[in-house]
Amino acid sequence: MADDEIILSELSDDELVLQMHDDLYDGLKEEIEEGVNILIERGWTPYDVLTKALVAGMTIVGADFRDGILFVPEVLLAANAMKAGMQILKPLLVETGAPRMGKMVIGTVKGDIHDIGKNLVAMMMEGAGFEVVDLGINNAVEKYLEALEKEQPDILGMSALLTTTMPYMKVVIDTLKEKGMREDYVVLVGGAPLNEEFGKAIGADAYCRDAAVAVETAKQFVARKHNQLGA
Amino acid sequence: MDDLTLSETGLAPQRAGRILLIACGALAHEILALKAANGWTHIDLQCLPANLHLWPDRIPPAVEAAVDEARGRYETVFVVYADCGTGGLLQEKCRELGVEMVAGPHCYSFFEGNAVFAEHADSEFDAFYLTDFLVRQFDAFVWRPMGLDRHPQLRDMYFGNYRKLVYQAQRDDPALDLKARDCAARLGLEYERRFTGYGDLAVTLAEVAR
Repeated sequence: MADDEIILSELSDDELVLQMHDDLYDGLKEEIEEGVNILIERGWTPYDVLTKALVAGMTIVGADFRDGILFVPEVLLAANAMKAGMQILKPLLVETGAPRMGKMVIGTVKGDIHDIGKNLVAMMMEGAGFEVVDLGINNAVEKYLEALEKEQPDILGMSALLTTTMPYMKVVIDTLKEKGMREDYVVLVGGAPLNEEFGKAIGADAYCRDAAVAVETAKQFVARKHNQLGA
Repeated sequence: MDDLTLSETGLAPQRAGRILLIACGALAHEILALKAANGWTHIDLQCLPANLHLWPDRIPPAVEAAVDEARGRYETVFVVYADCGTGGLLQEKCRELGVEMVAGPHCYSFFEGNAVFAEHADSEFDAFYLTDFLVRQFDAFVWRPMGLDRHPQLRDMYFGNYRKLVYQAQRDDPALDLKARDCAARLGLEYERRFTGYGDLAVTLAEVAR
């Protein structure tokens, strides 16, 4: 054993959380799993472990990705580590309960098989307390509609990586309008070739440039909706 | 003219001829082959670094700088890029600059022919395409930027939803065929070689050359 090796179980809670942020940043899956288990054993609520250790750590990863300090491979490794931690927490969260922010149906549009960004958004939304129904890749408008009717979410998220597939988002939104369903959902769109103008042009509520923005935007829209209902 | 230079530096124009093509470095060999085959001595070629594709948002400003630099030196400036992941921003920039560009979403499309490529888009959206240049530069443009040299475990996160690798061959080259087959194996994908020649690129440039 190297002299400078960090023994997670010997760290104080604060030190351990900071160390987990570092481990998440470095994509160290096993260390994250160990850290999660230690905090749970110390009596932390699963929700606190999720938000203070995992989500907060992943938020740093997201910010550094946005600033060009981290790149996709590093973000994927971090996401894998977070996913491993969340797998431990998920059943515990169900048992102990956690604040529910709202519900989202998300999927990559028809003709597009790219799901890295979509998966990151889904994971961060879950981390933020949203229930996420992930439709996967290559979704035709019928599949979105079916899921919306069945799940009755607050938010519909659509993702596309290709300039050739991103126009399909408009097909989905236009269909929602035709069926008089558009106002029932907040529609968030994202994907590498999209931009804010495109989001506006197709009639989405917002374009989200990354997972962190998606979470913040979703929270704002859901809060607004609740305020309207409460008014 | 080696691929590394075309990837990282590009190719400076000769400042000769009345038409300037401002192209992606990944197309240099093909454009020079067409130029030689057709005797287009009135066409000059400038290539921007092919690795701009790793950051598509950098393509429009790079093209703008090159067009500005070329103004007054040529009768016509033509941009040999497709949309290339810029989400329409390159088209918008070209319109603003008053120059034309190649039609299509990307080079995989125009090499095969935009119409043909669009026809099978529905059945082949799970294909990963490589051109001659990208086969030669697979490590520099795919393997390393995706971090697969350092983190091979990420391969299926990137390529798990793909079914096959289609090598669109611009030229008949058995060595490239072998290399492309190896690329497919490294990505865990089925392999298909499809000879495209220069496709719409040849047609478009012939029109520009008139």
